[in-house]
Amino acid sequence: MIGRGSHMPNMVTPGSWIKPFPQGIYVEPGDFWIDPSAPVDRALVTHGHADHARSGHKAVMATSGTLAIMAVRYGEAGVTQVADYGTQQRVGDVDVRFVPAGHVLGSAQIVLEHQGERVVVSGDYKRRPDPTCAPFEPVPCDIFVTEATFGLPVFRHPDTVDEIAKALATLADNPDRCVLIGAYALGKAQRVIMELRAAGHDAPIYLHGAMQKLCDLYREFGCDLGDLRPVTAQNKADLRGAIILCPPSALNDRWARALPDPVTAMASGWMRIRQRARQRNVELPLILSDHADWDELTQTIRQVDPGEVWITHGREDALLRWCALHQRRARALDLVGREDEDD
Amino acid sequence: MRRFSDLIDRLVYTRSRNAKVKLIADYLRATPDPDRGWALASLTGQLDLAAVKPALVKALIEERVDPELFRMSRNYVGDLAETCSLLWPEPPGRPTPVVVPPLGEVVETLKALPRGQGAATMTTLMDRLDVPGRYALIKLATGALRIGISARLAKTAFAQAFDVDVEEVEEIWHGLVPPYLPLFQWGEGHIERPRYDDIPVFRPFMLAHPLEDGAVDLTDYAAEWKWDGIRVQIARAGGETRLFSRTGDDITNSFPEVAEAMPIDAVLDGELLVRGTAQGNSAASFNALQQRLGRKAVSGAMLRDFPAFVRLYDVLYDGAQDLRGQPWTERRERLEAMMARLPGERFDLSGLIVAGDFAQLAALREGARDASIEGLMLKRRDSLYSAGRKVGLWYKWKRDPLVVDCVMMYAQRGSGKRSSFYSDYTFGCWSEDGTLLPVGKAYSGFTDAELKMLDGFVRNNTVAKFGPVREVTKSLVLEVAFDSVHRSKRHKSGVAMRFPRISRIRTDKPAEEADTLETLAKLITDPV
Ligand SMILES: [Zn+2]
Ligand SMILES: [Zn+2]
Repeated sequence: MIGRGSHMPNMVTPGSWIKPFPQGIYVEPGDFWIDPSAPVDRALVTHGHADHARSGHKAVMATSGTLAIMAVRYGEAGVTQVADYGTQQRVGDVDVRFVPAGHVLGSAQIVLEHQGERVVVSGDYKRRPDPTCAPFEPVPCDIFVTEATFGLPVFRHPDTVDEIAKALATLADNPDRCVLIGAYALGKAQRVIMELRAAGHDAPIYLHGAMQKLCDLYREFGCDLGDLRPVTAQNKADLRGAIILCPPSALNDRWARALPDPVTAMASGWMRIRQRARQRNVELPLILSDHADWDELTQTIRQVDPGEVWITHGREDALLRWCALHQRRARALDLVGREDEDD
Repeated sequence: MRRFSDLIDRLVYTRSRNAKVKLIADYLRATPDPDRGWALASLTGQLDLAAVKPALVKALIEERVDPELFRMSRNYVGDLAETCSLLWPEPPGRPTPVVVPPLGEVVETLKALPRGQGAATMTTLMDRLDVPGRYALIKLATGALRIGISARLAKTAFAQAFDVDVEEVEEIWHGLVPPYLPLFQWGEGHIERPRYDDIPVFRPFMLAHPLEDGAVDLTDYAAEWKWDGIRVQIARAGGETRLFSRTGDDITNSFPEVAEAMPIDAVLDGELLVRGTAQGNSAASFNALQQRLGRKAVSGAMLRDFPAFVRLYDVLYDGAQDLRGQPWTERRERLEAMMARLPGERFDLSGLIVAGDFAQLAALREGARDASIEGLMLKRRDSLYSAGRKVGLWYKWKRDPLVVDCVMMYAQRGSGKRSSFYSDYTFGCWSEDGTLLPVGKAYSGFTDAELKMLDGFVRNNTVAKFGPVREVTKSLVLEVAFDSVHRSKRHKSGVAMRFPRISRIRTDKPAEEADTLETLAKLITDPV
């Protein structure tokens, strides 16, 4: 394989100051971790999803959105430091800058510079518009540390508008039923609500109890989610013709049984594959993801044009293969605990 | 094509039978000819194009996508058509929204496909379709569109769509060819129901209810043995003979000796059984008949070792005369009179049982040890031959009450010697809302030959794979015998069987007619 880095044979190995471990990425000259899966002294956190943001760190640096999400989920943390998008800060011997990743509220790529080398850790990201968060900004770099959740060429997410239209058409076709949409409580749920509102659905949307706090938080950050109401034991049976959102785990749960004949839907990139949808007993698959699809992943790599691609989690084999076919140097990092089954 | 691919997509995700019927009915009402006819043909298994080999599809995709990336994708997705539908690159400069060709045009194109032209035609079509369209196209073109819908369910949907009786649909079904224009004209009320008097068509069977409790008065009811074969209808018209199974499937080619022996134009109802020297010249049990079922071509050895005949018990037509409006006693007389015109080697008459009273009949039933006897039939003497299952007319009274007909849902590989076979089967019964719920699991009761057959069925009818488990189309009825059945909180169905085993493979029975949970629950003897 011809690597693009081969024109600098006298330099030390690129990115040798970045140490990937199964439990996260350690940045030696700054003495901090990025998205560690176990408690550490100093963590930089890309975004609030549980597989990236854990509790128990002594000090955390993240965007205000991510810190707020962590506070809702884990209560008061140790020392926190806000990283504003685009503002450079020095941590130890490393210049650090948080840049929007377009994944969920507060999500960031972390740009690291040390001794003239720039490394971008993408965290999770997507490229298509999301009314709940700032759009991804491509940053050219020497090493691009990317996710690959949907890193197979079969994953091409369709237009969001069409998927939302599918949900609304189903609702209109089934006035005696309700449409129960399973959606990740952080990010996906609020995005689905915003997209429904944008498509003209003004009716109250009902929420499973687990979604309430994060929706309130999104509101504080300026998302107008419209009329949201809790599903209660009293109104449960009377939600015909309504859209209800719940976490994916509640879809086939006892909780859903008392609802009026729900059309079981799920908003996830995995819904692209029939088998995945059937495993979940989903009747209405909505292909809506907060992760980059195959085209977005490869387009982003072309755009930031790194000397090396490092792949954190997902279907790394296929993305490695693509890099090889396009003469790009690439390696898989084998981070643990990063599979996103619901998104 | 978009409506069709949308229908296919939604059927995949719909579990309840009633919802499936509604989806198909809505489609048939809303879609113009000939598209809806072709769709109905594909749903009922009447459209076996197989115009293109899967290898061609694979070759086409590998011209467009790196073979290694294709391999990884296929491993992940599992299904070839689905993988290719997702991987196929959108042709540059295609107008949006995509102008998708209608189903009729796609079918005509595939039917007329000249030898060696598959690649060019498939490419053109693939370029004109979207993801669900490409999926449907590949499935149609390779003859692999299996979505677990039975022909009966599709006909029921037609009946619902146009508010006609499903038995009337059955009546003319075999006279029709896709895309069934007269069928839809009739459905929409533009023409009278088409008649097919000069060709042998299937007439819906009259069916029996299980006798649950109580006795019947033998002055009102006649008793016959219930034979352990398969129900069959022999129809001859215009000199041509057809054999139809319980499901209305044409099984003429599996039993040529019976069809060839039919000397007169008539429609007869009876039990297909095997009787030869190897069987001691008397009717054998179902196991012997099993050797003959599901074969497309019949060898000379098969005909010699397992010769078939029909034990007749009813007549629907004598010549062109429809006898179905006459009471059973009249039809029975006609049948008895006809026997002289039928060759005894292939046709005999199912005798009537003479019993003084019901208690004596029950004793006869208990004492019956003949392997070819499954129990008793009780037929109301004044019953007209009416399609389907009408209350109070015919009863079946099986010998062993702890048997239910279930539908295979999942299969799992066995262990040890059987590890290459799908030998563990999960089966279900119908719930009230028309969903199939698993009621048990069995891995015994079948012969080695039956295991092979079951294994083949699983492999050819897989709709999904989860590790070692395969989900199959809900189409194969398994008669399950068991010692007792109990209430269970651990099972979604609420029941659990004790020592279930497969007692018979009912290829002759449509899945919708498998037993309901309610029937199974009635066999529970536990105190509440
Ligand atoms: Zn995430
Ligand atoms: Zn993640």
